[in-house]
Amino acid sequence: MARYQNMFTQVQLRGPLEAGPPLPPGSFARGNLSVYNYWAGKLGAAQIGPIYLGKLGIASLTCAFLSFEIIGLNMFASVNWDPVQFVRQLPWLALEPPGPGWGFTLAVPLAQGGWWQMAGFFMTSALILWLLRTFRRAKALGLGNHVPWAFAAGISLILTLGFIRPMLMGSWAEAVPFGIFPHLDWTAAFSIRYGNLFYNPFHCLSIVFLYGATLLFAMHGATILAVGRYGGEREIEQITDRGTAAERAALFWRWTMGFNATMESIHRWAWWFAVLCPLTGAIGILLTGTVVDNWYLWAVLHGYAPDYPSTGVIDPATLPGAPQ
Amino acid sequence: MALLSFERKYRVRGGTLIGGDLFDFWVGPFYVGFFGVITAITASLGTALIFYAASLGPTWNPWLISIAPPDLSYGLGLAPLREGGFWQIITLCAIAAFTSWALREVEICRKLGIGYHVPFAYGFAIFAYVSLVVIRPWMLGAWGFGFPYGIFSHLDWVSNTGYQYLHFHYNPAHMLAVSFFFVTGGALAFHGALVLSSVNPPKGQPVKSPEYEDAFFRDTIGYSVGTLGIHRLGLFLALSAGFWSAICIIISGPLWTRGWPEWWTWWLNLPIWS
Repeated sequence: MARYQNMFTQVQLRGPLEAGPPLPPGSFARGNLSVYNYWAGKLGAAQIGPIYLGKLGIASLTCAFLSFEIIGLNMFASVNWDPVQFVRQLPWLALEPPGPGWGFTLAVPLAQGGWWQMAGFFMTSALILWLLRTFRRAKALGLGNHVPWAFAAGISLILTLGFIRPMLMGSWAEAVPFGIFPHLDWTAAFSIRYGNLFYNPFHCLSIVFLYGATLLFAMHGATILAVGRYGGEREIEQITDRGTAAERAALFWRWTMGFNATMESIHRWAWWFAVLCPLTGAIGILLTGTVVDNWYLWAVLHGYAPDYPSTGVIDPATLPGAPQ
Repeated sequence: MALLSFERKYRVRGGTLIGGDLFDFWVGPFYVGFFGVITAITASLGTALIFYAASLGPTWNPWLISIAPPDLSYGLGLAPLREGGFWQIITLCAIAAFTSWALREVEICRKLGIGYHVPFAYGFAIFAYVSLVVIRPWMLGAWGFGFPYGIFSHLDWVSNTGYQYLHFHYNPAHMLAVSFFFVTGGALAFHGALVLSSVNPPKGQPVKSPEYEDAFFRDTIGYSVGTLGIHRLGLFLALSAGFWSAICIIISGPLWTRGWPEWWTWWLNLPIWS
């Protein structure tokens, strides 16, 4: 009854390290910084490296380093340069955006939020330079641009949270602070301020795509591992010349739920679910406060908020003298 | 009918866990089996009860239909049908349907001669559901701690339960779960994209081999986990997301009754700081 289940790689091969296909003229050299790692080989490829460090890569890493340093040093300064307190309070420390008094002023004094602007600028630069780098790497290898565009979808959510929405609201104070607990506080406060984000239909969609992507990866990963004994992980080969692995994988789902993807289309399902998660999320953020001020009241207006028995508590916003 | 071009040679007898050849047949594209029969009965009964309970409720608006668990005063006892009894039977039906669905997947795996990874993975989803409607209510001593079956009413339950612990984002298991969800989404985007970019190269270029996929990720981030490894990694990330989601709600109440932000004071009070 006991039979082979594909869990960890049992036999690892060792030969000359893979150098990768040749790069077009004018590229940097890849270098030979690569090693075998036994434990990485248990799960997947044993080879670590080499990496390609191009001009865009260096520029991106420089910006990322600057952003990281600005955030870290500001947090360090906030505990009076006490190294023990810096570590102790690190999860609580923040680099906050400019206060509401500054509106959307482009250059705020450093200590009033200027450092936040600078950190955000360098973080954005790092992300966009890295995005351009993925386009270049794909082109150098003659691959499609699917990875760069997926990465761009993620960046669009970050830019919406930290730049586009604050711009539309006319205030940097709307943006997310840097910091571990502080950005969680921002998220909770944001939801409460705008009447519970669960009633934001685009938030609903984003969560559906997030859970859907997780479900898809569990289904797809498990399916490919299950047909691993037939070489199912050679997906490109199974796409271009269908074999028994792809057939059994398809039939498993057909017999289970009456429908199956193909070896290629499952990757399209995957790509769209994963990409639509940040895109719908960004739309939901963009509409909050700009178009809709209270998602719960909006839901009541559009007939999708449940009606609960009255608690007898009067909404202070309806009292005379409440700010309009 | 409903056969794929290559399907006939795979439709062979055998692989069942229970029932021998009795239920070893297909209906259209669906494999039946003993557990298919159980799934069909329990899922139909549960769905019918949802509709019946909804018909007794105040609305047919699909966003608003809600079937609530019993009041807390019923504890772990049975409640009258209209006072949460429907919820209890629907929950039983759901657990029976999910479990037999998983066992039916096992039978299909055996028939196709493939590994059991999918039903194993599906078990994590069942565990997460059972955590919410059985394990945690049982540990807290009342079925009323389960969530209501309704589209927006279950979101209200999540909201209200979260705020009972002041700020749920500070729950360390919730942090892990959310991180795993986000990383899974990213990894899935990159895996789907990498395969699509190899088989859909720019015009005039040949389809690329896995050597090119590896080279793309090595060039970009210095490591490619490989064609087999990405599926292990993806499965691990996705199951971790589900597992820690279940843990984060099980510990809320049974293990920690105060605000989650307060939980972190152990870190501030470590003896190493003084």
